[in-house]
Amino acid sequence: MTRVLIVDDHRLFRSGVRAELGDSIEVVGEAEDVESAVKAIAEHQPEVVLLDVHMPGGGGQEVLRRVLGSGSQVRFLALSVSDAAEDVIGVIRGGARGYVTKNISGKELTDAIRRVAEGDAVFSPRLAGFVLDAFASSEAPSIDPELDSLTQREREVLRLIARGYAYKEIAKELFISVKTVETHVSSVLRKLQLSNRHELSRWATARRLV
Amino acid sequence: MADQRTLAEQSGDTPYRRMTRPMEGRLLGGVAQGLAAQLKLDPVVVRLTFVLLSVVGGAPGMVAYAVLWMVTPRQAPERVEPQRDWSQLAAFTAIGVALFAFGWLTGASQGGIGMLPFAVGGIGALILWQQADPERRRTWMTGAAASIRKNRVRTLLGVALVVVGAVGFLYSQGELAQARPGLLFTIVVVGGLAVIATPWLAGLWKELQLERRERIRQEERAEVAAMVHDSVLHTLTLIQRVAHDPREVSRLARSQERELRNWLYQPAQDADATLAAAVRRIAAEEEDAHGVPIEVVCVGDIALDQQGRLGAMLKAARQAMVNAAKYSGSPSISVYAEVEGEEVTIFVKDRGKGFDLEAVPLDRMGIRESIIGRMERHGGSARVRTEPGEGTEVMLTMKVEKA
Repeated sequence: MTRVLIVDDHRLFRSGVRAELGDSIEVVGEAEDVESAVKAIAEHQPEVVLLDVHMPGGGGQEVLRRVLGSGSQVRFLALSVSDAAEDVIGVIRGGARGYVTKNISGKELTDAIRRVAEGDAVFSPRLAGFVLDAFASSEAPSIDPELDSLTQREREVLRLIARGYAYKEIAKELFISVKTVETHVSSVLRKLQLSNRHELSRWATARRLV
Repeated sequence: MADQRTLAEQSGDTPYRRMTRPMEGRLLGGVAQGLAAQLKLDPVVVRLTFVLLSVVGGAPGMVAYAVLWMVTPRQAPERVEPQRDWSQLAAFTAIGVALFAFGWLTGASQGGIGMLPFAVGGIGALILWQQADPERRRTWMTGAAASIRKNRVRTLLGVALVVVGAVGFLYSQGELAQARPGLLFTIVVVGGLAVIATPWLAGLWKELQLERRERIRQEERAEVAAMVHDSVLHTLTLIQRVAHDPREVSRLARSQERELRNWLYQPAQDADATLAAAVRRIAAEEEDAHGVPIEVVCVGDIALDQQGRLGAMLKAARQAMVNAAKYSGSPSISVYAEVEGEEVTIFVKDRGKGFDLEAVPLDRMGIRESIIGRMERHGGSARVRTEPGEGTEVMLTMKVEKA
């Protein structure tokens, strides 16, 4: 059983997610704004927090800042109706382990939660596209070559995710194990979060379209 | 204004009704009131027009009034014969007398045709005044009154200048030979009027500017409201009506979502300027046509002017989407378009039932002709990967010269 907390300011959506999640997931609580989210996370100590990006009181990024800033090991999966690049990149760089949009199916969401709970990253096709685009459009010299560029293999994995392949299909396609695919995705996530290439954020802001 | 509204409603019911002379509220014969109802104007405006036209040479206003009085039937009063409004009649008579005196003294009414523009201008101003909504008229009036109270000295000075000018003007009329003082006093009159009117006009101008800004804001709000009403509410209604058909519900919801997103995030983008925009548009159209969600991811972008090569590629991509939507039975379709260096690649993937490529009959033009043939004719290539039960992926590749 994975213990999950749902943070979203739309009550209808919270109950919808609750109803959709499979039996392998236990919803331990709900919160509707930044304040109540921080309190509920401290109280329930969930494994995974489903975090809405747009919320009153600073949004998902503020929750990430306050919870992760205090040294908590809780894992976050961002769940939003917005597909705007600045939201996606912003919340990932804020520390979320993955990003999925709200039209995801219940089964896929259950799958994503399990993956995040195990410490892996979850990339939607769109997020993969954003990352490829952001890292491709780098003309400025990088400060840390290891962090500031993707390896060939990581690029291949991201392209397959963007093409709509599941992790299992990617593994089959590239003749590697699912675990290796997960390692690549986690490594991309780390680069995305740690790379101090400022144009990453600037790129996201400049690209204000879905 | 209440009577005007009722009049408008009446005329709305019977659009070609005859003009009548209402007895209620008449001053003389009810001609002005009847005419006002006919023209949808305020009776005051019509009355002032008659007065104005009566003091100019030949008194056409009086003649017209008399003729109309004779040819227009009276409207039977609903209750007892109402009285004339004597106080108003006195006011209009006073205005008429004053205008007549002014005309007589200045010789304006003898000016014949030359004076008509002034009469017409006066009538026009009256109609404008009447057309302004009552709220605005009130602010005009209170604004003028306030500025008079505030600038008592200035107002007094202005009035003094006008009086001096007018007296001098009238005085100089006797000795027309001396044109110069006449001109001088005219200037004094104009100056006096300017002194009085300037702050009021400035206030009016500012007011108009404010109002313009307010109107722009209201227009924006109206646009949002129209968007929400025309599309969102409409879609929600449709969704309720087809609630039994989940496929149609999700098609409607997605189409609305896309429209709203475009409206919010992509202000006035030319849909077919670039490859990414064109791919998104095509996916949206096919999604609407077939009711299967199509997820589009684009990396990089390129302008669409490659001698029709990218156009052919887009046609092939559309065909691939149509095939996937129509025949695969997949719940969703993924489209990935990438521009990397001099190569443009589009992937169309479904998770449907797939098929045996070798077993496709030759007369099935979809894949062989519309996708593979088309790509090869334009110097590109297409590959189809499929197996029964494994879904299908179509890969289109085209070389382009990067600008």
